[in-house]
Amino acid sequence: MSMVEVQPGVPNTPGGAAMTMPPPVQRRTLPAWAWFMIGVVAVVGVLSMTSYLTGQPALTSSSTMQNTVTLGLPILLCGLGGIWSERSGMINIGLEGMMILGTWGAAFGGLHGGPWMSVLVGAVMGALGGLLHAVATVTFGVNHIVSGVAINLLGAGITKYLSTLIFEPLSSNPRDSPPVEQFDTYSVPGLSDWLGDLEAQQRVVISDVAGIVRGLVTRVSPVLLLSILLVVATYVVLWRTRFGLRLRSCGENPVASESLGVNVYLYKYIAVVASGALAGIGGAALVLGSSPSIYSEGQTANRGFIGLAAMIFGNWRPVGTLAGSTLFGYSDGLRLSSGPETVHALLYSAVIVAGLIVVWQLFRRRWTGAGLAAAGAILVYVLYFFTDELPTEFLPYTPHIITLVVLALAAQRLRPPAADGMPYRRGEGD
Amino acid sequence: MIAKLRSSLLAPVLAIVVSALLCALILLFSGANPIDALGAMISQVGEGQVAVDIVNSTAIYMIASIAAAIGFQMNLLNIGIEGQYRIGALVAAIVGSAIVLPAPLHWIVILIVAMIAGALWALLPAILKVTRGVHEVLSTIMMNAIAFGLAAFLIRRDQFGILIGNNVSTEPIPESGLVPGISLGDRGTVFGLVFLAVLAAALYGTTMNRTRFGFELRASGLSPTAASAGGVNAKRMIVIALLSSGAIAGLIGMPEILGRDHAYTLNFTAGYGFAALGIALLGRNHPVGIAFGSLLWAFLEKAKAALDNVGVPREIATIMQGLIVLSVVIAYEVVKRFDQAAEQRRVGRALGTITATEPAPEAAK
Repeated sequence: MSMVEVQPGVPNTPGGAAMTMPPPVQRRTLPAWAWFMIGVVAVVGVLSMTSYLTGQPALTSSSTMQNTVTLGLPILLCGLGGIWSERSGMINIGLEGMMILGTWGAAFGGLHGGPWMSVLVGAVMGALGGLLHAVATVTFGVNHIVSGVAINLLGAGITKYLSTLIFEPLSSNPRDSPPVEQFDTYSVPGLSDWLGDLEAQQRVVISDVAGIVRGLVTRVSPVLLLSILLVVATYVVLWRTRFGLRLRSCGENPVASESLGVNVYLYKYIAVVASGALAGIGGAALVLGSSPSIYSEGQTANRGFIGLAAMIFGNWRPVGTLAGSTLFGYSDGLRLSSGPETVHALLYSAVIVAGLIVVWQLFRRRWTGAGLAAAGAILVYVLYFFTDELPTEFLPYTPHIITLVVLALAAQRLRPPAADGMPYRRGEGD
Repeated sequence: MIAKLRSSLLAPVLAIVVSALLCALILLFSGANPIDALGAMISQVGEGQVAVDIVNSTAIYMIASIAAAIGFQMNLLNIGIEGQYRIGALVAAIVGSAIVLPAPLHWIVILIVAMIAGALWALLPAILKVTRGVHEVLSTIMMNAIAFGLAAFLIRRDQFGILIGNNVSTEPIPESGLVPGISLGDRGTVFGLVFLAVLAAALYGTTMNRTRFGFELRASGLSPTAASAGGVNAKRMIVIALLSSGAIAGLIGMPEILGRDHAYTLNFTAGYGFAALGIALLGRNHPVGIAFGSLLWAFLEKAKAALDNVGVPREIATIMQGLIVLSVVIAYEVVKRFDQAAEQRRVGRALGTITATEPAPEAAK
């Protein structure tokens, strides 16, 4: 922008420009990780306030956090898969099918080798699903969503067939595999017990933070470490390497990339196969995280779609996707480790959040926004006051409702890759 | 005319042949004889109630795929059929058991309630699509999940559920609300609402091909810019298309509920919504194509039980369904490109700009 204002004749060197005219004051935006940390602190603050005011320690207990991790990881991995594929311009609704293939592969690998074999075979099966999607969409130019729907059908069919063929003789049940070996888990020595003591003291904020941190450092599975590594790797590879830049350029403007000599088909193939492999690892995480750790039919329960929603929630970026899948995992995990009263306490959290929005909107002098948020806060508080518990049937669907709200409020701020889902044929660009 | 028929039939036939061959290969690899498997499936049709079951599910698949096709005509992918028909069926079952009316009026009211409930479940995605630009695939996936939760909640015994035997269901619909079927004795009973499917297909075909509304809908699907230049309100068409798709989806559960189950039960059949997308693609959104696609689907679904007798896991039928969908969409693309190239060559020859042996220029579209 500032380039436009430079007068002709003024030497256009950085030093010269700085001396003659000060650069326009830019609004400094914080980097993504800083926003993430602020978000974490805010969420922990709201939850510990709620936990204190309503007397529901389960909201921040370490067991809730452990469930969050176990249930959130498959979603996170699927979401990462979604990032890889969609950043290259390929919509991947077939993540669910690839994840199903991954669950079968994980059980099969686990029976023939250790847990690492589970992850590997799960990834390979998912990658095969991704390859099929790539053949249909990249080579033959089929509509991405249509191909994805077909792959979901096919993934379910193939695993049912293979499980009847291979697992039934072993487990005498066509729908389940025999249990496979799980990873050994590690707790951080000393820290975990110390945090456990803190958590048991039930002190405001300190115990809440202790519970959350303890959930993250106790009985840590290598899958968690692998997933964190994959989040970082996705960011570094896609945003900090030449390869990643080219891959993302295929999702923004494939014709332009083609004109610069990028082999768009190849990049799309790599992206979609990687996406399938990540979804497959997600399936493996699901198998290894369930107890007993078995493949069972219908186990994925649309988590592939949720992974996609987490990706959109995170604006097609890794850290945002991490936040999204934590949200989905938390609401799922809370249901497992506590009862309807705890869920009911979440309404209180909603009131606090709405209250914070009111303050923020007043600060920004947006009166209608503040009014709407205040009305919402009062409404939810009335609901909280006159009920004692929420039906547990709805808890697993809280994230879906939140996603709808986020989409409705922020759809214009979300920025998908520009050529996401567009057909691309080599040499036919205009 | 013949050329048109050839190009529209070539793709599905090619796809079915390719997927049958692939399935035969899978069967050979797993050590079974494909010919035996096919024979067992065909002879299964003559057994017991299988033939009637196939007719009944063909009707259900037809209704479902018409709902999907309405969306496809407008370039909308209504993944939410699954949730819309669940809500439609549940609300219709609750309302139907609560009111008493003379026979035909009673079930007509139930059908209308089902349509309204299905359409309402599609309303939020439609609004989000036109006002906030939220992609319908995402919002309907979310609505599907919420529909499952809502259904599980409403059927709780402190809400509308009652315990019948071992199964939780809604109150049974009284006799006057049930649609009489055609009894074939030991062969089973054909649902009376099979005719609803035929009616829906006929209505869908005429609306799409013979009315201004259908033309506007298809035009908006083919080229939104051209349609809006021609004075079609794109947003209005999106809302109408999604709502009618949802309304038809609301009817999917009706043949089973009004003809067999008489209530919404916990083990209500799931999965018609996703099958519908595949069948509509296979039938190319054409009512006759949809009818044949539904018949094929119903045959695979109902005759697969016979595969166990010849030692083949019956899930091969599901693989076959997935393969058919995938190969049919690939076949359409291939045939389309082949036709385009042929057309370019024809035009080129007529204009004398290229000779017959020269390949058509790729960019000249």
